[in-house]
Amino acid sequence: MNKTLLLIKHEFLNTVRRKAFIILTLAFPLIALLAILAGQVLPGVIKTTTTIEKIGYVDQVGLFTQNTTGNNIQLIPYTTEAAAKTALEQKVVAEYFVIPANYISTGSIQIYTLTSEIAPSATVQSGISDFLMNNLLKGNSTEIIARAKNPLNITSTTLTASGEPAAKQGGFSAFILPYLFSVLLMLAIFTSSGYLLQGLGEEKENRVMEILLSSISPRQLLSGKVLGLGAAGLVQIVVWLISANFLLRMASASWGSVLGSLQITPEFLILGIVYFILGYLIMAILMAGVGSISPTARESQQLSVIFIMPVIIPIYFMPLIMENSENIVVKILTFFPLTAPITVMVRSGLSEIPLWELAVSIGILILSVWGLFILTTKLFRTYLLMYGKRPDFNEIVRSFRES
Amino acid sequence: MFSIEVNHIFKTYGTRPAVDDVSFDVNQGEIFGLIGPNGAGKTTTIRMMMDIIKPDSGDIKIMGEKLNDNSKNKIGYLPEERGLYKKMSVMDTIIYFASLKGVDSQLARQRGEELLKRADLLPHQNKRIEELSRGMSQIIQVIITVIHEPDLIILDEPFSGLDPVNTQLLKDLIRDLKNKGKTIIMSTHLMNDIEELCDRLLMINKGRAVLYGSLAEVKANYRNNAVLVETTGALGTIEGVLEQRPHNGAVELKLDAKTTPQMLLERLVQKGIVVNRFELSTPSLTEIFIKVAGNEHE
Repeated sequence: MNKTLLLIKHEFLNTVRRKAFIILTLAFPLIALLAILAGQVLPGVIKTTTTIEKIGYVDQVGLFTQNTTGNNIQLIPYTTEAAAKTALEQKVVAEYFVIPANYISTGSIQIYTLTSEIAPSATVQSGISDFLMNNLLKGNSTEIIARAKNPLNITSTTLTASGEPAAKQGGFSAFILPYLFSVLLMLAIFTSSGYLLQGLGEEKENRVMEILLSSISPRQLLSGKVLGLGAAGLVQIVVWLISANFLLRMASASWGSVLGSLQITPEFLILGIVYFILGYLIMAILMAGVGSISPTARESQQLSVIFIMPVIIPIYFMPLIMENSENIVVKILTFFPLTAPITVMVRSGLSEIPLWELAVSIGILILSVWGLFILTTKLFRTYLLMYGKRPDFNEIVRSFRES
Repeated sequence: MFSIEVNHIFKTYGTRPAVDDVSFDVNQGEIFGLIGPNGAGKTTTIRMMMDIIKPDSGDIKIMGEKLNDNSKNKIGYLPEERGLYKKMSVMDTIIYFASLKGVDSQLARQRGEELLKRADLLPHQNKRIEELSRGMSQIIQVIITVIHEPDLIILDEPFSGLDPVNTQLLKDLIRDLKNKGKTIIMSTHLMNDIEELCDRLLMINKGRAVLYGSLAEVKANYRNNAVLVETTGALGTIEGVLEQRPHNGAVELKLDAKTTPQMLLERLVQKGIVVNRFELSTPSLTEIFIKVAGNEHE
């Protein structure tokens, strides 16, 4: 078998067998699954408390007399606060509230209970609110009362310049998936390139490097490592994507209003995978370069932060990206190879990215990957066997020129 | 055909020359010693032979050509810096490194088992490297070095860190490989190993070649006019002897320029001294080295 292939296989198997990798890969689908199951089970658990609660009230306005039962509570009027308090003490009622004479102008209600609580339970609150609303609006038809309780159901439609509804409607549900996915993408890129860095550091520290280099060339070593670990990262991303698709369908049953409209479109899938591959490649090659010039794994970890920071930058610019995708900063973030993957992922959820922008962004990424690969192979040759000393910047530049 | 031809190689780290105009050839089927003190440039020379680092100038031919993928598979290399993947099992390690040399896994397993058996390590084959002692993992590395049955074997300080039993095991293995017609290059700063095993040698000091040739030639060139004798009874003063020095239970006698060992023997016999042992004293490589390095120093 070709030596590069052997190396790819070795690195791939070594990575996917790591406990940390397996845990990370399965953690997201599992957490999501638990959340969905909780969404289906919890309402059932909560609804079991169907006992009707008796609540006393004192009406100092003289308006609230009707609709005293409903929504799992029963309201018992008392003429004075003292009577209500006695009823509470004798546990005839669980709590009582006072509608003060100035209620119409202030809207304030005082509730008295025996047990202390952070806030009255949702059942009690909505029960009281319904009771007040019904009495305030009495004389109107039930339809109007129902509408007054829920007056605004927004559906917004983005129109294109020609007045047609746009293909991408934006909004929360369209945005959340790219957002979540860009975080996962970042995680996958960091995990696999991190393994690369760690692996190189270990091989330097445990001195396997020299045996490897006596069998294979630095170029084979670099491409084998980058591709092997990348394949492992790709497996991770694919597992997440497949499970996301599956979980979303499950989720629409319980979290329907929020997630029901979420869909993983084929374009999104392709963009995600293309940007994972390119983003990973550039990161992995940079990490390999860092690993080759650092004497220990620990030192290389510190040095790698320089390259990890730019990848995270788009997250800080999130509000700008969301509000104004025409902004020059957003364009720069789309084109700069380290920030491109996350920026494009986030943007893809919000609006159509012009095709030329995607082409430029991907083109720059591919060129950077190629250029960095050539430079890093040279670094590999020069510094892989240097232990204990990190070359300074001038030395690195010189070694590029010499080789 | 030479197994290795090294022509005028130079390598400088910063301003310090690590290897300074070194040339030598290694014949097929011989054990060639690369000797010199620590930091003399032995490892740098070997790394250049393995194409791990490039010489600043000069060229190296391995088996008649520049090192390539194909010839890499015919070389076994034991680096001075030892190490293996700690978490991998012994057998997986052997199979993986064998595969990088182009040996399929089935054959690698079979040969691995044979070699492990020979080193008494077969029961450890499923253990992880980190569970082994230092000496054991060093033997595993030796096994990796020869698992693909290379024609040329390069061992950088092979005996350092080995206990006497493992040292003997390795020496036997090296002799075996030579008997099979393999070429072996070993570097060491321990001259005794070389005296015992090597056919020819190159001595480097401070990056420069200072001695080069067969062991016998080198020794003959540095022979001092001295004999080792073991006698019953005291020697007393003998004509022509400049100096008497005890040497491993015997006495080394340094002769003046007019006296040959033959003349000394006659004189001893004439004096009625019982001679139990009489031999020409050849200097050890250590002594030669100190002499050469000392001259260099001046």
